[in-house]
Amino acid sequence: MTSRAEYCVLACADAWRDDGEVLASPMGAVPSIGARLAKRTFSPDLLLTDGEALLVGLDGRAEGWLPYRQHLAMVTGGKRHVMMGASQLDRFGNQNISCIGDWERPDRQLLGVRGAPVNTLNNPTSYWVPKHSRRVFVEKVDMVCGVGYDRAAAAGPSATRYHRIPRVVSNLGVFDFATADHSMRLVSLHPGVTVEEVQEATGFPLGRADEVPYTREPSAEELRLIREVIDPKGLRDREVPA
Amino acid sequence: MTDKTMTPEDVVARLHSGMTLGIGGWGSRRKPMALVRALLRSDVTDLTVVSYGGPDVGLLAAAGKIRKLVTAFATLDSIPLEPHFRAARQAGGFELSEIDEAMFMWGLRAAANRLPFLPIRAGLGSDVMRVNPDLKTVTSPYEDGETFVAMPALRLDAALVHLNRADRLGNGQYLGPDPYFDDLFCEAADSAYVSCEELVDDFGAAAPQTLLVKRHAVTGVVATPHGAHFTSCVPDYDRDEAFQKLYATTPWPEFAARFLHGDEKDYQAAVQTWHEETR
Repeated sequence: MTSRAEYCVLACADAWRDDGEVLASPMGAVPSIGARLAKRTFSPDLLLTDGEALLVGLDGRAEGWLPYRQHLAMVTGGKRHVMMGASQLDRFGNQNISCIGDWERPDRQLLGVRGAPVNTLNNPTSYWVPKHSRRVFVEKVDMVCGVGYDRAAAAGPSATRYHRIPRVVSNLGVFDFATADHSMRLVSLHPGVTVEEVQEATGFPLGRADEVPYTREPSAEELRLIREVIDPKGLRDREVPA
Repeated sequence: MTDKTMTPEDVVARLHSGMTLGIGGWGSRRKPMALVRALLRSDVTDLTVVSYGGPDVGLLAAAGKIRKLVTAFATLDSIPLEPHFRAARQAGGFELSEIDEAMFMWGLRAAANRLPFLPIRAGLGSDVMRVNPDLKTVTSPYEDGETFVAMPALRLDAALVHLNRADRLGNGQYLGPDPYFDDLFCEAADSAYVSCEELVDDFGAAAPQTLLVKRHAVTGVVATPHGAHFTSCVPDYDRDEAFQKLYATTPWPEFAARFLHGDEKDYQAAVQTWHEETR
């Protein structure tokens, strides 16, 4: 039987489908496994890093050098698709990883904006949320780090030119912004999850089709790769418990 | 030629309260910790600190030496949130200029190139613009007519960086996989101080691209073996994860009393004793 974590891996992997020869930058265990699955199967041209300054093949051997200064230039050049985390995410895809509460004196200081502003304006930016809840999926984020569709539009053509949020994957389902006003839409449910359950865990109304499909099933080969080759230690289950 | 070697105390004697200080490395990686520790022992305070923040920011924040911080984040990498940075922010301990990682790099580049600003797309639409009301935009004079953030130069009064090797003249070599932005920090600063794991007479048959920092941009060189501890300084040593965890989980007065009571030699000895006790 396919686990919830494995559906999440598949949904993350599919984010990099048809991306061609770009850097896949996964943040988190499940996106990392997903990126490797994508490269091993349907997106073999993807570039991956070792998490430090090297571009590595699937065998871990270096094929290139990518220190932070070049990594940032790769972002602004657009040849990258990142999947970031989000402490808060709103209906138009604005993301917050900086702080909770009033920025002047936050209730909870988190990481800071990091590279979210440069990511979202320059290369496709998807999001991974391992624990879907109203704490994360909020009506309005406290600090816009990653720029959403409404804020990009308000900032003008320089902001929208390369702005794209291909998808959001959570432990409950897959979401995108392919609606008339670019508000978030439920694209697929992971098997075992209901529409009501997702809406209940989301702090704003989600768009959806009348019939929401389930996230696709893995092939036997994909399951084998996940379980035996890419993640034999089961790190995926720690991020998304059964 | 000028022998620029000095002690950590000599470096700190050249720093003064109220100055803008850049600190190299990234997160909890190759931070000039011995120089930061020397700064902790001094009266220098009221600093504007410019750093891709790690425990350098945490230590200086805990000691109350930061008036203003310019950063994109503060993290211990393996421990995502820097505890003293968090505590200081939540207590309103210092002013913050929170900018994006790439804006930060553009700011250093502008300063190193003696430009008032460099245009960058990053920042538009984000709350970086809200929390930095002084940030302005600039419109391309060419046909595209696009509007960008005019990232102001991050000019530094002084910079502190830590490298694997350096010579007495101020040339510095990194041996790890990432130079971070240490050369830019030095070039963006009026005076720059390089601490190093090992002082060498020459660099032998070194790959020339490892010779990152050039002496014309360096004021002082300090030999501080293990001077990046507890951050990583590969290939000389990895991050001291056990000690970093201790740092992150010990109340500041207790940590400072045990490890920061004396000079750098006392610090290294106290760390060694702690490791022996916990073995």
